[in-house]
Amino acid sequence: MTSTQHVREQPAETEADIASLEPSRHKSGVSRRGLLGAAGAGLAGLAAGTAAGFAIGSDENSPASTQLAGTRTYPFYGEHQAGILTPVQDRLHFAAFDVTTGSRAELVQLLKDWTAAAARMTQGLGAGAVGPTSGPYGAPPDDTGEAIGLPPAGLTITFGFGPTLFRKDGKDRFGLADQQPMALQRLPHFPADKLDPWKSDGDLCVQACADDPQVAVHAVRNLARIAFGRAAIRWSQLGFGRTSSTSTSQATPRNLMGFKDGTMNLKAEDPAAIDMHVWVPATGDRKGRWLAGGSYLVARRISMTIEIWDRQPLSEQERVIGRTKAEGAPLSGGSEFSQPDFHAMGSDDEPLVATDAHVRMVHPSNNGGAKMLRRGYNFVDGSDGLGRIDAGLFFLAYVLDPRTHFIPIQMKLGLGDGLSEYVQHTGSALFAIPPGIAQGEHVGQAMFA
Amino acid sequence: MTRPTRRAGDFALPARVLMLASSCAVLGMPLLAGCTENSPTGSSGATASANPRALTVQATDTECNLSATSAPSGTLTFAVTNGGTKVTEFYLYGEDGKRIVGEVENIGPGITRELVLKIEPGNYLTACKPGMAGEGIRAPFAVSDSGEEQGTAAGDAELVDQANAKYREYVEDQTEQLVAGTARFVAAYKAGKDDQARTIYPVARMHWERIETVAESFGDIDPKIDLREADLEPGQKWTGWHRLEKDLWPARAKNYEPLTKAQRAVYADDLMKNTNVLHDRVGKLTYNADEIANGSRGLLDEVATGKVTGEEEYWSRTDLWDFQANIEGALVSFEGLRPLLKERDPDLDRLIAARFADVQALLDAQRVGDGFKTYDKLSKAEIKQLSDAVNALSEPLSNLAAAVV
Repeated sequence: MTSTQHVREQPAETEADIASLEPSRHKSGVSRRGLLGAAGAGLAGLAAGTAAGFAIGSDENSPASTQLAGTRTYPFYGEHQAGILTPVQDRLHFAAFDVTTGSRAELVQLLKDWTAAAARMTQGLGAGAVGPTSGPYGAPPDDTGEAIGLPPAGLTITFGFGPTLFRKDGKDRFGLADQQPMALQRLPHFPADKLDPWKSDGDLCVQACADDPQVAVHAVRNLARIAFGRAAIRWSQLGFGRTSSTSTSQATPRNLMGFKDGTMNLKAEDPAAIDMHVWVPATGDRKGRWLAGGSYLVARRISMTIEIWDRQPLSEQERVIGRTKAEGAPLSGGSEFSQPDFHAMGSDDEPLVATDAHVRMVHPSNNGGAKMLRRGYNFVDGSDGLGRIDAGLFFLAYVLDPRTHFIPIQMKLGLGDGLSEYVQHTGSALFAIPPGIAQGEHVGQAMFA
Repeated sequence: MTRPTRRAGDFALPARVLMLASSCAVLGMPLLAGCTENSPTGSSGATASANPRALTVQATDTECNLSATSAPSGTLTFAVTNGGTKVTEFYLYGEDGKRIVGEVENIGPGITRELVLKIEPGNYLTACKPGMAGEGIRAPFAVSDSGEEQGTAAGDAELVDQANAKYREYVEDQTEQLVAGTARFVAAYKAGKDDQARTIYPVARMHWERIETVAESFGDIDPKIDLREADLEPGQKWTGWHRLEKDLWPARAKNYEPLTKAQRAVYADDLMKNTNVLHDRVGKLTYNADEIANGSRGLLDEVATGKVTGEEEYWSRTDLWDFQANIEGALVSFEGLRPLLKERDPDLDRLIAARFADVQALLDAQRVGDGFKTYDKLSKAEIKQLSDAVNALSEPLSNLAAAVV
């Protein structure tokens, strides 16, 4: 074997994040930094390697000037899972798992173990109760350690269940077939899809979002480790920049095409719209009753031919999107948050917003009023053998029913969207996102009742 | 698999250092909210600081100060911090000052290491050994009877001895068979009976792979026997099994020039000679429980890095033979330690046994005749399944050493 055959792909590391200093809405538990600081104090200068400590449980509500970047935490327990309405963090590590055990009891135990670890890690603690540098010297630590000294960074961990968890190849694997919600079916083939099966589907999913990339990776890595023997990663995706806002307090970010993305996104500050488009109602189908208060997550890996895109004249780029590149205003006029006027005509008797412009295709007024809560991320997975950057948008959208809120829209986009000339969908998955849980419960508990 | 930079740790871990899981109790830290749930006894952070079984030892080049000179019987934790300039050690001796009850070695300046031990009531001696020499700085240490069950099995030492003796026997037996198999292979290869040599090759190598972690502990011999072409350093001469493998299966090589009859004899005789050296050396080895347990995990590491990936047998594609042999060797180690493990951690025992069975079932599905499918005949899904099963086994196996030591 030649040495070149040893080369393994390394995930691209992104630069360190400078997290927002704005005061948190939530009071923190003891942060990883707080923990370290306390440990340092407890050792009273015994351990030279212990970093200078910070005050224990540095109060998140203290004035911003005294706060550390990234100390924000979000509660793990609650009515809905965190990581949906939560203001979109800057970094993502998303993983889809195949369940490898055939035992329902082991599956439940995995969800219990994941719940415990996620509850800890989201509060800035280690994955296990012992810690990354403690425990038997002859055994591996129960936390992998790369998050030591890092702040909680607003980590959220969101879990979901794929269609194959309920039924795979016609088989009811875990006695859950009667719990499979009607809408939880593998997404259909859309025109121009070029899906890689090893970047698609999965029995379980974990969405880890944080303002520090290493905190997000640490979460997925430790959950994967906990899962060995019960579930194994099928595929995973890193995302380095959010491409939407879920709060009016956030500025609209840009995707890798250089345009603002998610201007029209649903925002947490509009609870009526969230109820109408995101949360599964209690009046749903009989099998999916446990999903009330949950949602569906559509994941699509959308590759961009960015080299081609970059050669398009600005006029063509704006025509395809239907918005100005500078401000993101609709081409029919106004500013970023103005509603587009699809009837406004230009001098050549063509509509100002082209008939195949992306903004026209996806606008709620052209889709029966359907809106999505988008939570996608830019990705760059290195480059291909031809020197082209393997880049795109990892599209994540939370909707209350993919049959009304995603499938018809994507069917239309695949056929007539001007943007489809520059993008290709290379991965696809659908997950049911169970509602939140109370302390003492485990993720998805209602489904096993 | 042989890699030029090998972990030296598999057979060099300090034994007899038992450490427990309570960082709070261990460190005696007050005020730690996170510690409340860390404490296995469920005690609050406030009481953890007053835990009479959590002791600190301040070791310097001239002093050995314990936070207390007595403790109630049970699981005691000594957090030893070296505040001096010399590397130090900490010992707990029996009353006679000779019997070592527990020790923690190699504590560098500024480092804190923990020693966790189950201690019965009685009189003991503590000692710090700055510079790791001499009698050390000794002081009496008393353990009062707390009335708590110690849970130490009387027969443990015997069980360890049995495991060691069994493993020693196994390694010897495999080495003898390796010598015999290598002799058959070398004879066929030198005689130009290539088909026969190709048949013997993967089977003879299984004896090597079953004891790979032991064989690799001989850093001078191992590369001569098992180095792969990809791992050669510039200027290093390539000898051993894989050199001959390429000569027998040159299909994937570019512009390959077959070895001449004379070259064949040189390489073959060299392999035989080095295998005999290995045999001589292995006979002198002894093992402790820690080494056997870590050797078992080490064999699984070999499977994960070299066999599941198809890197080990690049030319012959006979990776599954090696895979099977690594698993068998790991299983023998595990079986030897099971009597001990069943006492210490029956859940871990059952889990590891079940996961071994899972891996074996997947391997059995790939059997063809007396052997296996070649690596190139495996589908991506089959390789993923094998890899998942190896991960599933390796994870609990990584806790075996701490459980039996």
